Amino acid sequence: MNRPQIDPGTTEVLRLRPPRHRVSSRAIIWWTTQAALEVAAVVIPLGIAAIVWGTALPWLVPGTGVVAAIGLAYLLVMPRWRFRVHRWETTDHAVYTAQGWINQEWRVAPMSRIQTVDTERGPLQQLFGLATVTVTTASAAGALRLVGLDRAVADDLVAQLTETTQATRGDAT
Amino acid sequence: MTPLRLLGGFLPVIAVVLIIGIGGDFGSRVYGLLAGVLFVLIAGTLRWFTTRYRIDSDRVELRSGLLFRSARSIPRDRIRTVDVTAGLVHRIFRLSVLKIGTGERSDGGESRELTLDAIAASEADRVRQRLLDPSGAGRDHETVAPAAEVLAALRWSWLRFAPLTVSSLVALGAVGGAFAQLVNDVGAEAVDVGKVGQRLTTAPLWLGVTVLTVVILLVALVGSVLVFIEAWWGFRLVREPGGTLRIRRGLLTTRSVSLEERRLRGVAVVESLLLRAGRGARTVAVATGLGGHQGHGRGNLLPPAPTTEAHRVSGVVLAEMPSPTSTLLHRHPRAALRRRLVRAAVPVLATAVALWFAPVPAWAMWLTLVLLLPVTVLLAVDAYRNLGHALTSHYLVTRHGAGIRATVALQRSGVIGWTVSQSLFQRRLDLVTVTATTAAGHGAYAIIDVSTSAGLAVARQAVPELLDPFLQHEVVVPGTH
Repeated sequence: MNRPQIDPGTTEVLRLRPPRHRVSSRAIIWWTTQAALEVAAVVIPLGIAAIVWGTALPWLVPGTGVVAAIGLAYLLVMPRWRFRVHRWETTDHAVYTAQGWINQEWRVAPMSRIQTVDTERGPLQQLFGLATVTVTTASAAGALRLVGLDRAVADDLVAQLTETTQATRGDAT
Repeated sequence: MTPLRLLGGFLPVIAVVLIIGIGGDFGSRVYGLLAGVLFVLIAGTLRWFTTRYRIDSDRVELRSGLLFRSARSIPRDRIRTVDVTAGLVHRIFRLSVLKIGTGERSDGGESRELTLDAIAASEADRVRQRLLDPSGAGRDHETVAPAAEVLAALRWSWLRFAPLTVSSLVALGAVGGAFAQLVNDVGAEAVDVGKVGQRLTTAPLWLGVTVLTVVILLVALVGSVLVFIEAWWGFRLVREPGGTLRIRRGLLTTRSVSLEERRLRGVAVVESLLLRAGRGARTVAVATGLGGHQGHGRGNLLPPAPTTEAHRVSGVVLAEMPSPTSTLLHRHPRAALRRRLVRAAVPVLATAVALWFAPVPAWAMWLTLVLLLPVTVLLAVDAYRNLGHALTSHYLVTRHGAGIRATVALQRSGVIGWTVSQSLFQRRLDLVTVTATTAAGHGAYAIIDVSTSAGLAVARQAVPELLDPFLQHEVVVPGTH
């Protein structure tokens, strides 16, 4: 690895670079739909309560408004923020993912330690033509989840990972 | 043996039947009971007659049952642990229970085990040796086992650590809780023996509290010492030829745990707050295939012992002197201290504010601040001082913990991936948590709140070439960050 020349008075620091590929842009719609369902599950009962008991409990109406506003902000911001963070990449030797939004996480697993590769498609993901690929290693805590991939991309990825991991043998512990 | 054990299991039922009765006079109750006992004895005997085990060159098989037959077999190369235990009753009949573990976790999280209950103690030992020493698979049973190397043995001076262990207190609490439950269940009016209760209630409050505290402490002291003696009597950690670590211990129930060294990925030295006060520590193996979360205490390589001994045993077990666990560690940035102080103070301050507005006297708020704040702040400072990491030629060493401090030395070749995580607050302070994932122990060991650059540098160096393609060098000009 070539290092840049360091000028005096500056410091050189290490950073993780983002993985190469973004997830499918349809993931934004998927996350938005999920968030909308979650927000609706909270706001609708509150709204009904506000209509029914609004006169007896006057704070219910503005309360519901505040919750609805927070929910709206969440479902507008979270999916776009996630889309900027969620990325993935495979090399000949490793799988590399980035995920999260407020709290972020980068995971690396070497090909030689991969044990299983699973694909998972929930009803919403099927609707939007998406898939989630889970790559597990022998560690109880080291699974990599690539969420919101385009279905065709996911299929190719699984085929490629299966082929590569079959080539490297060992019990992967 | 099996019938007796089964009968033992049914004893509570029998007692209940005897006391409550299913109706009718006492005579018919006794006959019913005898029939029950006979049934259990016959069932047990049948089970014993129909249970067979076989060990051949590549698998261990266990078959049992007459009406409901079950057969289980484990490939020998899947065997991770072989434990031998013997309770009091077993020991009277010179029998042992042999547990063969595969370390696999089924959906329930329990390790799948094959249990050979009640086989002759001498036979159990032979089977254990055959299963663990693959080279001895076809060897004659009569060969004398070569000498084993003793790595550690119990010293009675370690008894001083008994009252300092949390587990003994927990055990004691459980016993106390069970007793209280029992008293409750039986519905006994607590009999005021010698009018102690009356005297206590009429005595000044401080006297009552003091007496009660002293009594509880005394009971805890004696109890923890007894628990320690029962658990660790005759403790020995040996290295057997063929690369197996073996721990033998126990006074009433004897236990033998065997651990293959090639499954060992590291060692942890664990010091609880109390143990640290007495300069004590425990040594725990980090190994694959122990099963369960902590492997049911299977990983314990040492009773609570002096810290120096814990580090010495770590080194001997890892065959690395001085032990990686006693390496001088790098401190983490001051920003990590700030995070801990904020996390310690905010909940207490929030509680205080809530109390201020709540309809309670003002002293409640002051009490919370004066009593709670120093404790949480001290814990935060302690947690910061405990943070550390280092890299030796073969091990990644990381230490953290508030109260319970764990220093883990993990084989660099045992690291099977990295997780780098950063919360919003960490991002603002340029900190990350770098976690090494491994097949052993907890599955992940973290370097918490390290500066981003230093954390990535350690991860890159620990496992060559894994992280390199995903790293970039950035030049930071002071004042622009």
